[in-house]
Amino acid sequence: MAERIRVNLRDVIKPDERLAPGHRLCAGCGEPTVVRQILHAIETPVVLSTATGCLEVSTSVYPFTSWNVPWIHNAFENASTTITGAEAAFKALKRTGKIPEDKEITFIAFGGDGASYDIGLQFISGALERGHKFIYVCLNNEAYMNTGIQRSSATPKGADTTTTPAGSVIPGKPQWRKPFTRIMAAHDIPYVAQASPHNFRDLMRKAKKAAAADGPAVLNVMAPCPRGWRHSSDQTMAITELATDTCYWPLYEVEDGVVTVNYKPRDKKPVADWLRLQGRFRHLFRPANAWLVEEIQERVDSEWERLLREEECTQGKHA
Amino acid sequence: MVASQFMPLDGANAVSQAMRQINPDVVAAYPITPQTAVVQNFSQYVADGIVDTEFVPVESEHAAMSACVGASAAGARVMTATSANGLALMWEVLYIASGLRLPIVMTVVNRALSSPLNIHCDHSDSMGARDSGWLQFYAESGQEAYDNTIKSLRIAESKDLLLPVMSCQDGFITGHGVERVGLLPDEAVREFVGSYEPELSLLDTDNPITVGAWDFTDHYFEHKRQQTEVMNASMALIESVCQEYEQLSERPQPILDCYGMDDAEYAIIVLSSTAGTTRSLVREMRAEGKKVGVLKPRLFRPFPATQIVDCIKNCKAVAVMDRAISFGAHKGMGPLFTDITSALYVAGECDLPVVNYIYGLGGRDTTPPMIATVFEDLEKVAATGDRGDLVRYVGLRG
Repeated sequence: MAERIRVNLRDVIKPDERLAPGHRLCAGCGEPTVVRQILHAIETPVVLSTATGCLEVSTSVYPFTSWNVPWIHNAFENASTTITGAEAAFKALKRTGKIPEDKEITFIAFGGDGASYDIGLQFISGALERGHKFIYVCLNNEAYMNTGIQRSSATPKGADTTTTPAGSVIPGKPQWRKPFTRIMAAHDIPYVAQASPHNFRDLMRKAKKAAAADGPAVLNVMAPCPRGWRHSSDQTMAITELATDTCYWPLYEVEDGVVTVNYKPRDKKPVADWLRLQGRFRHLFRPANAWLVEEIQERVDSEWERLLREEECTQGKHA
Repeated sequence: MVASQFMPLDGANAVSQAMRQINPDVVAAYPITPQTAVVQNFSQYVADGIVDTEFVPVESEHAAMSACVGASAAGARVMTATSANGLALMWEVLYIASGLRLPIVMTVVNRALSSPLNIHCDHSDSMGARDSGWLQFYAESGQEAYDNTIKSLRIAESKDLLLPVMSCQDGFITGHGVERVGLLPDEAVREFVGSYEPELSLLDTDNPITVGAWDFTDHYFEHKRQQTEVMNASMALIESVCQEYEQLSERPQPILDCYGMDDAEYAIIVLSSTAGTTRSLVREMRAEGKKVGVLKPRLFRPFPATQIVDCIKNCKAVAVMDRAISFGAHKGMGPLFTDITSALYVAGECDLPVVNYIYGLGGRDTTPPMIATVFEDLEKVAATGDRGDLVRYVGLRG
């Protein structure tokens, strides 16, 4: 187990904003909150890459930039590989003495769920296998929001998107979401975690752990999109909290194969409570689609139970 | 000048020797036939500690170029190599590398593009990338591939240019063909390329930069104009680096390699290894009193248009041989032909009969007797005044 890392309020109110205010992300967007929490948590200088997507287009409109730290955008699928190139350069330039041996940089790649679950999955997998020291952060808003709410493999079953519209025959996305966090953990890298910005202590502690990991680390962080999820922009944090209270989005971490579930709701709420707050699931509450809500509940329950078993199993092994 | 040490090397090995001498900071590469030897040899240098390079063995060519972009933006001297489908997979990032003005040097061991699958030489891979904003050198031999690699790095990193360069050689024919290659002393190469000191780097965390911003309609056009103007104005810089290298190596480094062109009535323009085959034929024909010549551009991007026109304008007829088809171009012309005919028209040289020959696709052997038929055709064209078919094929069955 890694040393105990604590996060306090002082960590959140640092004066030097790495992502400056005045960016063009929507009101209520989860992404800037997640990014700022992560960047506040990390003490060293950082170098960032960002996949094509909302965060990228909203923070780098030429001739302006919202980034007070080095930042690169290459393309949609390759934010991970791009930052590993920078990390390789860092190693090489230390070797040749152009960069002092004691210089510290934390390399971080940000991508949306489309960039992570879909088009960039191979790139992330390759970067993890090669063992670069970097953090990959998936800003997960569960669809291609930047291009207008098209489904991704992170989109939950039943969600109404522009490419899985809730129609008279097909009630939204037919497939379940891809188990990205588990796929990342299956790479046997030092640190993988799932997090949510409403619990900033947990997210920032995970960012610190990811930065301290001896190798690649992945954070899959829920980042609601009021436009795509069809919720009021003041409900973002409430929705993420409910996602964890319903166990739709468990907070957990995998350290060297050992699973720790960071939050176990005393009173596990029905997933319908979470679905009901979002317009993208409105059609599920028609009587004809009640079966779908039941099915989603069953899937959430079985995944939650699986996670608890994994925790028990792996913790036991290391006890 | 410094004396070269001569060794028997294939073209791929010649390039990996140049890379060893350059000792780049980062090489990110993925294996593909016939480029594999470049990466394999270089990996051995890494494994044996002969170079200081951080080698990034990526999981695809797209990732190779993606990592090169990240490393180059981080201030590293960066090289890579690929072929054919690998280059095609990089396509998206080729434009990003040039748009970001990152001086990455890439060896392309030319190979046919699928489909049908074929691993042998033609130029359809790099010719398809001719508009991607990369400079392009083409090598006739392992020696030229070696020399072009070293020159390419120096040119790419010039403060007045900062553009990526492809250094191309013919797959198998040159890449796997063992020849006598002269290597400069390591110190001479390192002194020639110098130390890379970029003005901007992602790793300079005290002076943060934003790389790869997005342009609305109000800036993109201006940025692309800047990019094309840098390329357009680069010829003098390229020539001066070539001359400096020529003095160092005592090997001629012309932009255009001309043989028999001073008084040629009939000329063939061709890139890479087939220029050697053509030159041997021209030598024999000139011994018989025929006024024939061969022109081999060593540089294709930026296109040395005025130099080529000056070289061929007094000919009676000219054949342009293309190892690629520009599908859907007029009559399915090749890319070299379209550029040369365009250059002639712009120069007002519209009366010179020029014929296009597509040859050697998918590694089809192109022999001296085949090339001899091209010169025979040119004599007929000049004698009759009838150009005949604009696009013809050499070495094609049926």
